[in-house]
Amino acid sequence: MTKKGILFIFLLACMITLPMAMNAQCKQFAKNTCKAGLDPYQHDGNYHAALLIEGEEAELYKTFYSDREYRIGVCGANNLEKVEFKVVDTRNGKVLYDNSLNDYDWKWDFNLESSQQLKIMVKVPVPEANVDEPEEGCVAIMFGSRDD
Amino acid sequence: MNRKLLLSGRIFLLLFLMLGLILTGCNRGTKTEGEGSGDFEASGTLDTGSQEQLNTAKRIFYSLPSPLETAMLIKNAGARYNEELMNPVSNTSKYITSKSKALNLGIYSTDLSYASLFDQSQATLDYIGAAKEMADGLNILDAIDEETVNQLEEQINNRDAIIDIISETLMNSSSFLKENDLEGTASVVLVGGWVEGLYIATSLVNENELDDNKLVERIVDQKLSLDIMIALLESSPEDQDAQAVLEDVKALKIIFDKITIDQGEVTAVEDPETNVTTLKSESSMKITNRVFTELKTKVIEIRSSYIS
Repeated sequence: MTKKGILFIFLLACMITLPMAMNAQCKQFAKNTCKAGLDPYQHDGNYHAALLIEGEEAELYKTFYSDREYRIGVCGANNLEKVEFKVVDTRNGKVLYDNSLNDYDWKWDFNLESSQQLKIMVKVPVPEANVDEPEEGCVAIMFGSRDD
Repeated sequence: MNRKLLLSGRIFLLLFLMLGLILTGCNRGTKTEGEGSGDFEASGTLDTGSQEQLNTAKRIFYSLPSPLETAMLIKNAGARYNEELMNPVSNTSKYITSKSKALNLGIYSTDLSYASLFDQSQATLDYIGAAKEMADGLNILDAIDEETVNQLEEQINNRDAIIDIISETLMNSSSFLKENDLEGTASVVLVGGWVEGLYIATSLVNENELDDNKLVERIVDQKLSLDIMIALLESSPEDQDAQAVLEDVKALKIIFDKITIDQGEVTAVEDPETNVTTLKSESSMKITNRVFTELKTKVIEIRSSYIS
């Protein structure tokens, strides 16, 4: 095989394996850091995680049911300074929880008197001191629940 | 000779740069506590325009009840265990297409969760086998491997451990499908599990006893997830299986739209001792016997088409 051929195969392998390796690391992060922190709530088995860059936002829509206790966990990789999240009533946009008012706590425990569809708004803020070189890291949104 | 040397040098430089890029990329998101920022300098920085685009970009996730959550909701509502309502494991050989495998991975996962929550040891073992067959058929590597099955056998009398194992297998399947750009298949799995839960729940309700029935409330609550489900399936327009399932969900929505749910404003009240917040709100719902029967009939029809 020619050197050009070897180089082509090498580049192709890199293009295929690099995103897979990064996604696999994101899953391990979600499992080891976020899922483990849901205890004593039972993780529901759903997986919501993505590589986000500082400045990027995400939204998640989910129905939560009455007579259950929930823990929402929003976890960011260590290289992201902090991750903001708000929980909002999808019907009117009313903010029900804002972790920036709670020292950017990664989790929120709650229960509901009646079942509701809620939206979780996540933002990786851009640090003032580092606007030119945004960091990228895994952010996972996970849920645990237990009987009320 | 000199030209050859120059070419070798260029190739070596390119290989070196690519290796550097890989090593940098592989470090992303795995920094340990205490490491400083700036590790990503080698991967380049974003220009102002790209940064502005990112500032307005949003990732949207739609989260449906997982098969495990569905089973938990059914049990929590006071449902009883009825093995006859589950899809027989002997049906596994019928599922040849990717659509039927994905739907029945969801269906068997709900049945597995339902059986395990009611401490049905043999059924739990049987249904993990059926779910494994579907996952293997979809080439979902290692979602349910032999080790998982062995763990389940060892812990068969420990319900909490079994639920943890099921949760882990669901997460493995979901993450594998999403990481491999098979979001549509992941959605179909969830819809299969959701329909199975709806089938079990509606089958356990006596149509003449709808009032003050917790299980009926849970069934009605599913109306709140329908637009999420439709948005999720519509986000995979290229996936024919997801689009076919979307038509079933839309048919169910027509019936769910006949159910009334009145919800008051939600107020968050935090208990300072436990740090647990209660979302206080008043809610009422109305479903007639006729609409319930219509819903039940439609669910049976859709579920039958999935398991046959």
